[in-house]
Amino acid sequence: MRHGRWRFLLGALAPALVLHVVFVLSPYAQAFYLSLTDWTGVAGEAHFVGAGNYARLGGDSLFLDAVRNNAVMLAVVPFATIALGLGLAALLRTRRGSAGYQIVYFFPQLLSLVVIGVLWSFVYNPNTGLLNSGLRAAGLGPLARSWLAEPDFALAAVMAVLVWSSVGFYVVLFRAAIEGIPRELYEAALIDGAGGWTTFRRLTLPLVRETVQVAFVYLGIAALDGFAVVQVMTVGPGGPDGATEVIGLSLYRNAFSYGRFGYASAMGVALFFATLTLAVLALRSGRRERLELA
Amino acid sequence: MNLEPQLRPYPTRRALLKTAATASLTVPLLAACVTSGAKEKTTQQTGEKTAGNPLGVKADAPLEVVVFKGGYGDDYAIKAEAQYTQRYPEAKVDHKGLQKVGEAMQPRFVAGDPPDVVDNTGAGRLDIATLVGAGQVGDLADLLDAPALDVPGKKVRDTLLPGVVDDGTFGGATVALNFTYTVWGLWYSKPFFAEKGWTYPATWTEMLSLCAAIKKTGVAPWTYQGKYPEYINDPLLSMAAKTGGKDLIKAVDNLQPGAWKQDALVQAATAFAELAGKGYIMSGSEALSHTEAQAAWCQKKAAFIPCGSWLESEQKGVAPAGFDMVMGVVPAFAASDAVQAASSESFLVPSRAKNAAGGKEYLRILFSKASATAFAQANSTLPAVAGATDGLTLSSGLGSVRDAVTAAGDNTFTYRFRTWYAPLAKAVDDATGELVNKRISPADWSTRIQKAADALAKDATVTKYTR
Repeated sequence: MRHGRWRFLLGALAPALVLHVVFVLSPYAQAFYLSLTDWTGVAGEAHFVGAGNYARLGGDSLFLDAVRNNAVMLAVVPFATIALGLGLAALLRTRRGSAGYQIVYFFPQLLSLVVIGVLWSFVYNPNTGLLNSGLRAAGLGPLARSWLAEPDFALAAVMAVLVWSSVGFYVVLFRAAIEGIPRELYEAALIDGAGGWTTFRRLTLPLVRETVQVAFVYLGIAALDGFAVVQVMTVGPGGPDGATEVIGLSLYRNAFSYGRFGYASAMGVALFFATLTLAVLALRSGRRERLELA
Repeated sequence: MNLEPQLRPYPTRRALLKTAATASLTVPLLAACVTSGAKEKTTQQTGEKTAGNPLGVKADAPLEVVVFKGGYGDDYAIKAEAQYTQRYPEAKVDHKGLQKVGEAMQPRFVAGDPPDVVDNTGAGRLDIATLVGAGQVGDLADLLDAPALDVPGKKVRDTLLPGVVDDGTFGGATVALNFTYTVWGLWYSKPFFAEKGWTYPATWTEMLSLCAAIKKTGVAPWTYQGKYPEYINDPLLSMAAKTGGKDLIKAVDNLQPGAWKQDALVQAATAFAELAGKGYIMSGSEALSHTEAQAAWCQKKAAFIPCGSWLESEQKGVAPAGFDMVMGVVPAFAASDAVQAASSESFLVPSRAKNAAGGKEYLRILFSKASATAFAQANSTLPAVAGATDGLTLSSGLGSVRDAVTAAGDNTFTYRFRTWYAPLAKAVDDATGELVNKRISPADWSTRIQKAADALAKDATVTKYTR
């Protein structure tokens, strides 16, 4: 009986395990190995070059631009998205017709990132775009810019799109978390004379902290990527002059345009560890907070 | 979902170490796949060389042809295949018309099992310099020296337009033959210019005074495909080449020290900085994609746009009736007919193709005059075969391109660094984008690019080419 059960379990697990090994673990392992070689992507052989590719990373000014931009995105995108998402979700709690709003907020999530990139590049068009036309119509003509072509604004324009595209999902997520807070607590707060802001800060926020932490990990990973939007929207892409370069784009260019798969793999491995570190740090800080609460 | 991290215990240090140890043991096993391509030499299928079969095709050897199916479709390639079957009825021809040639061919090159002919073209094509460096492409010398199919008394080599053989030559061996011939210049609408009484300028001084006149009428003199700064690079580098001659191009392509600081290059950069500085470039151009900029130009919001000779077919359906675009050569400080021209749509025979002789024979058929003429007719594009458009009625654009090529004669030029060193091309594009947006000076422009070129010259991991 016991023997048969093991056989059944093994039979059920094996296909999934094999698929996982072939399509997930093996590509990872190959990327780690390739990052130590000079593989060109078309040669049948690769030569071992040790840590050479990693040493190059430090001297590659475009890659350093990419790291800087990803760091800026990491500092801005998660916080802006979470702030907006939480704010909107908290407002929805008290408003009528919130279900309708919730659906509207969710719309961007239904579009693919490429479509979003194309739409927003129309919005940012300096001559006929919605943004500049709107500014001119409102008498704010001097504020009109070549949003994607000026180094000072290009990255901000990209980040705005990233925030816009993800905020709806987090509104829905946070709203679900807020729904889970017992109604009596809000009633008690109301009786105690707490205003809207105090209720949000002292009641809602502490009780959805866990959700916010998870959201932070997801958004952090998204901020370390940004490839699709940058590739579709920006000048160059990645420009002007590296102003919107992201690690994913550098990686793509080195692999597929320059035929440097080994070097690109090194970038991929570096990005992998950055993402992993971020996730571990974010979740660890979560653990400490919870201990304090308990 | 929000409660999950709360309930699940965090990985302990021991679990982490255990995972790491397992991973380090399994990595070498799992990593072994990607580069384990066959190393044994492919056996070539060859037949006897005769006058009618100069490349020694084995009559019954199957032939596999992979063609980029983009703007030109792949009918022209299928026609050449039909002709191949006519000559070798026993051969089975396998045709593949693909959009993503690189993606499909990469694993086949790696595995040592490539097709017999590859048209390595389109977005996502494989970097030709990388293919050469990996020894994946075969020498086409015997094809070039074989008699041309339908031009009696001439070798294939002698039927091609100037520069075509050089474009496919890497380190002394010609490994690719490009089927189309692209010429770069400045485009304008002939009727629009006639209506306004503007004449195409022969020198840069004339260009500047014409721009001043155009600007007064409320039309922007220039626009460019700002999202891709390489478009404005072409006229800039053309101008430099027309002043500095072939020596300047050679110095640039051979990564000579100080090549980008040559006077003619700095002068050309200064000229374009001035063009931007005087407000002769349509505002907002810097952020427009090629479709947006070209559409604005077709709406007569700007008079000139720099582009290659594909522009006319690209603007089909966008350009209004009677727009009749024509291409002029880029004006330099002194009048000259020299024009930047290079071939593209590159056909190659992989070094490990099983039927390399058949692949070359196929290219001999494809590059015949009859096949090229049919292509020109169907696609209003100049093929790389000389005289292919003789006797055809050409559209305004293609006619102007042919006239420019005829006028230039041997005076065509092209830079090779774009195909040899893709990272340098990126550095030049970025710098030129900054230059025409007035964020860097011409001196900074040349210093920046020189620095990138020097770094490349010093980089031992990059295969170098000279001309």
